[in-house]
Amino acid sequence: MSEMIATRDAYGKVLVELGREDSRIVALDADLSGSTKTGLFAKEFPERFFNAGIAEANMVGMAAGLAAGGMIPFASTFAVFAAGRAFEQVRQSLAYPKMNVKLVATHGGITVGEDGGSHQSVEDLAIMRVLPNMTVLCPADGPETAAAIRAVAAWRGPVYVRLGRSKVPTVFTGGCDFVIGKGATLRPGSDLTFVTTGLMTAQALDAARILAEEKISARVLHLGTIKPLDVDLLLTAARETGAIVTAEEHSVIGGLGGAVCETLAEGYPVPVERVGLRDLFGQSGTAEELLVHYGLTPAHLVEAAERVLQRKR
Amino acid sequence: MLTDQTLRDLAATARHLRVEILKMLNTARSGHTGGSLSAIDVMTVLYFHSMRHDPSNPSWEDRDRFVLSKGHAAPALYACLAEAGYFSRDDLKTLRRLGSHLQGHPDMNKTPGVEVCTGSLGQGISQAVGLALAARLEQRSTRVYTLLGDGELQEGQVWEAAMAAAHFGLDNLCAIIDANALQIDGEVAKVMNVAPIGPKFLAFNWHVLEVDGHDIQAICRALDDAEKTPGRPTLIIARTVKGKGVPFFEHKASYHGVPPSDEELGQALEHLGHS
Repeated sequence: MSEMIATRDAYGKVLVELGREDSRIVALDADLSGSTKTGLFAKEFPERFFNAGIAEANMVGMAAGLAAGGMIPFASTFAVFAAGRAFEQVRQSLAYPKMNVKLVATHGGITVGEDGGSHQSVEDLAIMRVLPNMTVLCPADGPETAAAIRAVAAWRGPVYVRLGRSKVPTVFTGGCDFVIGKGATLRPGSDLTFVTTGLMTAQALDAARILAEEKISARVLHLGTIKPLDVDLLLTAARETGAIVTAEEHSVIGGLGGAVCETLAEGYPVPVERVGLRDLFGQSGTAEELLVHYGLTPAHLVEAAERVLQRKR
Repeated sequence: MLTDQTLRDLAATARHLRVEILKMLNTARSGHTGGSLSAIDVMTVLYFHSMRHDPSNPSWEDRDRFVLSKGHAAPALYACLAEAGYFSRDDLKTLRRLGSHLQGHPDMNKTPGVEVCTGSLGQGISQAVGLALAARLEQRSTRVYTLLGDGELQEGQVWEAAMAAAHFGLDNLCAIIDANALQIDGEVAKVMNVAPIGPKFLAFNWHVLEVDGHDIQAICRALDDAEKTPGRPTLIIARTVKGKGVPFFEHKASYHGVPPSDEELGQALEHLGHS
């Protein structure tokens, strides 16, 4: 079993490191600093931490103002509030003016767990992806999150980073050299490609191992950047393997699956199966139970792979 | 106290900017007349008396910042910026045209001198709070001014920002309400009453002042008072007349988003002593 780290923990840690390196780094939160882990930054840099209270819209606006004043703000809250409640503020005050604000949303997806559907975010990637100027990231594990947050701090412009609540297995065991807009082929394969993001990448690696026992060679292409999508790597995978299974802890509408289908339809159409929430809200349960209930396990990915292979010409 | 000469100069500038606003809107054939005319006296004092800024160096780090939270009054802002020298007065003719740097609502990436993007009401004041926080972090003497409409106070985000500004003790922030009592659908008091404005901000722990928003001397005094008030942000309620300066536009909600026709422009310029 590989090491288990919650991506939000990796975020909190690296944010403190960045704070030590650059005095322009400031953090904002909306009364969830214990959960989003910006509390670690607040403890070390109280003068550079601003708690907006339970007021996400104003938090986003303050972050925009801080950026306009030359700071590099990292603003955090749960994904459902960052992308949902404050959507229009994100659009008008961050994306439209290309403001240099980093919106790092934790508790993405359904593995938020017991809090239920109201607190789970199954649409944030779609919402953020549609905004011009917005860069959208969804790291797979702790090491990739740390590298991604560093890349984000150096990137000029608005970025949405989706992180999770639960601990997830480390897939970048040899470290991660994160470049915004570049995917990573984590396992070679020739019969089909799993195109995955977030914690589904670990599930796909497990699925690929299961398929290997059936003599099916599955490539695993992890896209830590949802936007801009690594079109070259995706089209290469489509050409070389002829079939794609997307997997995300998100609705199959508009997120990674949507982005992949749009790209393939225009670039190199091949059969696609999308694994994700089938236009549903989540519900209360443990993270593990929910992944099983909503079909986001390696076994489900294996089934999707078998379906897509049958459709392959 | 302003000298009589300064007072006369500022009044003349405001009158000239009204002419520029009306011409600009007439040429554009769309845009917001009433709220631009009600705000222009306050903005004239800010741009041509109170604020420290350098049109030849729009990114001067120690400049004061102005955020037009009521972004639909963009013509008033553009008139001030052109008059101050941020760009050519000729550019005002391109308002709202395809390819123009003068968008229907202020865009920081297109127009020199525009600090942030506004137009979606309620968001400017939050950005002003952020700018004030940044100035404090950098230990700059920068003051941040933001102008809101009274109808804009209906947006909940304004109160989130008001809470934050007082919580952080932002005495480098001054919000001004262009209280012209009208919004698109009619009287603010009838659409959704925001009164009493002063007691609400007082209760949020702001320093609150109220002035005649067309009395240049009074506006100057209030801005000075704000600058001298430590520990708290200041709110200046500027009581204004929508459409001020053009009698047939005054007090009319119907001119909220309507530009003057050619005939109206002619009459308006006569009223303003401009031929």
